[in-house]
Amino acid sequence: MKLLKLVPDNTNLDFMRWRNIALVLSIIATVASLALVGTRGLNLGVDFVGGQMIRTTFTQAIDVDQLRSRVGGLNLGDASIQETGGPKTYQIRLPKPEGGEAAANRAASRVRAMLEQQYPGARVDAVETVSGKVSQELATDGALAITLAMLGIAIYIWLRFEWQFGVGALVTLFHDVSMTLGFFSLTQLQVDLNVVAAILTIVGYSLNDTVVIYDRIRENLRKYRKMAIVPLLNLSLNETLSRTMVTSLSILLALGVLLLLGPDVIFGLTIAVFLGIFVGTYSSIYISSPILVWLGVKPDSFLRAEDREGAQPEVA
Amino acid sequence: MLDFPRWKIWAVSLTVAIGILFAVPSLIAGTPLAQNWPSWLPNAKISLGLDLSGGSQLLLEADAADAAKQRLAAMEDTVATELRRGDPKIEVGDISTAGGRLSFLVRDPTELDAAVERLRTLTQPIGLTGSRDWDVSVVDSTRIVLTPTQSGSAKALKDAMTVARDVVRRRIDPQGTKEVTVINQGDRRILVQVPGVEDPEALKSLIGQTARLEFKLVDLTADPQQVLQGRAPPGSQVLPLADGTGAMAVKRRVMVSGDQLTDAKQSFDQDGRPVVSITFNSAGARRFGRVTQENVNKPFAIILDEKILSAPNINEPILGGQAQISGNFTVQSANALAISLASGKLPVKLNVIEERTVGPDLGKDSIRKGAIASVVATLAVILFMLITYGRFGVYATAALIVNALMILGIMAIFNASLTLPGIAGFVLTIGAAVDANVLINERIREEQRRGRKILDAIETGYKEASTAIFDANITNVIAAVLMWYFGSGPIRGFAVVLMIGIVTSVFTAVNFTRMLVALWVRRKRPKVLYI
Repeated sequence: MKLLKLVPDNTNLDFMRWRNIALVLSIIATVASLALVGTRGLNLGVDFVGGQMIRTTFTQAIDVDQLRSRVGGLNLGDASIQETGGPKTYQIRLPKPEGGEAAANRAASRVRAMLEQQYPGARVDAVETVSGKVSQELATDGALAITLAMLGIAIYIWLRFEWQFGVGALVTLFHDVSMTLGFFSLTQLQVDLNVVAAILTIVGYSLNDTVVIYDRIRENLRKYRKMAIVPLLNLSLNETLSRTMVTSLSILLALGVLLLLGPDVIFGLTIAVFLGIFVGTYSSIYISSPILVWLGVKPDSFLRAEDREGAQPEVA
Repeated sequence: MLDFPRWKIWAVSLTVAIGILFAVPSLIAGTPLAQNWPSWLPNAKISLGLDLSGGSQLLLEADAADAAKQRLAAMEDTVATELRRGDPKIEVGDISTAGGRLSFLVRDPTELDAAVERLRTLTQPIGLTGSRDWDVSVVDSTRIVLTPTQSGSAKALKDAMTVARDVVRRRIDPQGTKEVTVINQGDRRILVQVPGVEDPEALKSLIGQTARLEFKLVDLTADPQQVLQGRAPPGSQVLPLADGTGAMAVKRRVMVSGDQLTDAKQSFDQDGRPVVSITFNSAGARRFGRVTQENVNKPFAIILDEKILSAPNINEPILGGQAQISGNFTVQSANALAISLASGKLPVKLNVIEERTVGPDLGKDSIRKGAIASVVATLAVILFMLITYGRFGVYATAALIVNALMILGIMAIFNASLTLPGIAGFVLTIGAAVDANVLINERIREEQRRGRKILDAIETGYKEASTAIFDANITNVIAAVLMWYFGSGPIRGFAVVLMIGIVTSVFTAVNFTRMLVALWVRRKRPKVLYI
C-alpha cells in the first residue's frame, strides 16, 4: 500500500534563509491591513453600530434599484441594501430610528408590509433591532475578548516556555488578527458578532501550529546543546513540516466544504477562519520562529538557573 | 505500549459507548426510529438555538430610574402608615420625594426622636456589613430625611429583577407548557427567548405593561380649573386619562390594588364591548365590598400604571369580589391586560434594548445545509486520513467518528443548544480533531526513520507527541472560554461546541486510538509498519 506523503521524508528546507524578506513582507502586509482598516474602515453590522437589519428572501431575482427606491419611499432614514448569499436574498439595513423603541417597531413592520405587498411570496427571514447601548457593549466586549485571548495565550506560552516564546506568540497573533481585519476592510464583508467569534477561533487555532513548532524547538534545544539557533530552527521546522501541512490541510478541507455547501448566514465566520488558518500556518513558520533568533534564544534557555550555576564549579 | 490494562480498556470503551448512546436520540429525532427507541435508554436531545429553530429573542433592561421612584413611593406609603396610624400617632406633613430622597416635617418637635426610632426599625440590614437599606437622618431638627443607600438600592433592584423574571415568564407562558427561556442576565437584564414566535409584537405588548392596577376614589371636591393645571387638594393627586383626553383628581389612598387579585380574564360587558373581568381574593373582596358600600353613588377611578382607564359610578355595593374593568379595549388589548394582571405586576418597568427574530424557514435551511456540509466534510477528512496514514488513518477515522458522536452526546447530556455558528464549530472541530492523531502519527513515522523498532516507535510517538497535543489545545481552550464568557446566545453555542470538541478530540486521539493500536499490536505483532 502506497501512502500519500505531502512532504517527503527528511526534508531539509532552509526556511530561515528567507526570514528577513518574509519579515519585510509581513510588516508591509500588517501595516497595509491596519492602514486599510483606518482609512476604509470596517462594514460594521447592526450588532456593533445599532439599528435594524431585515433579512429577506424573494421568490425570484429582483431589481435592486427598485427595491432601494421602495424602501427609500418609506422615509425611514438612510437605508442600505445588500445582497447576501445568492441573488434572491437581501439584507435591508435601517439606521436607529429617532423616537425610541416604538418607532423602531413601526419601521420594521412598515418594511414587512411593503415587502408583502410589493413582492408576494417574499419571506422575511430575520429581523434584528439593536439599541445603541447594547451595540456599544457588544463592540467593547468583542474587542476586550480578543485582546484578553491574545494576552492570555501569550502569558500561557511564556509560562510553559520562555518569555521570548510568549513575545513571539503575541506578535504572531497580532499579525494574524491584523490580516483578518484587513481582509474584512478590503472586501467590506459585514463584521458582526460571528466575525468576533471567528477571530477568537483564529487566535486559538493559528497558534496551534506555533505551539507545536515551539514544542519541537524546546525539545531540540535540550537535545542539541551545541547547535546554532538558526540551523536548529530549520531542523525543527522541517521535522514538524509534515504535521503542519497535514493538519492545516485537513482543517482547510473541512472548512472548504462548509464554505461551498454550508449555510449562507455563517459565510463570514467560515471565510474568516479559513483565511485565518492559512495566514496562521504561514506566520507559525515565518513570524513565530525567526522572532526567537531576534530575541536571542540560546540553547541554554531551557536549563534551569541553578543547573547553569551548579555546572560552574564542576568545570572549575 | 502493550501494557494496556484490562480495566483501562473497559474504562475507555465504556466512556465511548455512553457518549455515543447519548448522541443517538438527537440523531434519530424526527425519524420513525425514534418511536422504537426504548424509554429506559437516555432520551435527552440537543436543543436548537433560536437561530436554527426560528423564534424571537428580546433583551429587557430594568428602568433603574423608575425602580428608584417606585421604591421611594413604597417607602412613602410605609412611613405614612407607620407614623400616622401607629401608636402613638405622630403627625407629619410637607412630604417631599425630590432629589431621590424622602423628607418630611414632624409637626411636634418633641416627637422627633420617637419618629426616628420607629423609622429605624423599618429599615433592613444588608448582608453582614452592618449597613442598612435606608439612611435615616434629621435636618434642621424638625425634618426627617430618608436616603436610599447604594447597597439597599442594589439589593432592591436584584430582588425586583428576580420577581420580574417570574412575572415575565407567567405572562409569556401562562400555562407553563411552552419551551420559553426567561433568565436574568447581569444585574438588571432579562433575556427572553420564545421559539416559534415570528412576530415579537404580541410578546412586547405582554411585557410592556407594568400592570400596576389600583382603585381610588375620585376627588369630587377638586376645582376643575386647578386640576387642569395639575394641582389637586391635599391628600389627592392628578392623574391623566389613559385615552389622553384630560386628567382627573383622585384620592391618594388606594382602595384596593391589583395585588389582591386571584384571577383576571378577558370577557364582554352587556353591550358586547371587551372588558377584563377580575376576581379578588377574600381580603380584597371584603375591602372592596366595604369601600363600595361606604361610597355608593360616587365615582371611583380604575388606574393602570398611573393612568386612569375609566371612572365608573358605584351604583351599588360590590360584595361578591368580582368586578369588571372597562376602558377603550380591543379583544386583543383586553386579553393582554388580563394576562398581565393575572401574572402580577412587574416590580420595575422593563425596556426592550435588543430584539432578534428568525423565521422558521431560514433555520430549516441552515440545518439541512449544515448537516450536508458536516457529512461531506467528515468524509473528505476521512479520505485524506486514509490515503495519508493507511492503517493508522483507519484509527484516526474511528477516532474522528467517535469524536463527532461524543460531541453530540455530551451536548445532549448538558442540554446545550446547537446554534448556527455552532455548526461551523462542529465542522471546524472535525477538521481539527485529527490534529492530535496527526501529531502522533507523524512522530511515529519520524521515530521509525530514526531506526527505532516498531513497538518502540509507537511508544515514543505517543509519549513525545503528548506535550505538544496538550499545549496546542490549551491555547484553543483559552480562546473558547473567553468567547463563552463575553459572547451571547449563538456565539456561546459556538464556544460550547469548540470546548467539548477539544476535550473529546484529545480523549479519542490519545486514549481511544491508543487502545485500538495496542490491541492490534498485541494480536498481530507486526514486523513492518506502514505509516
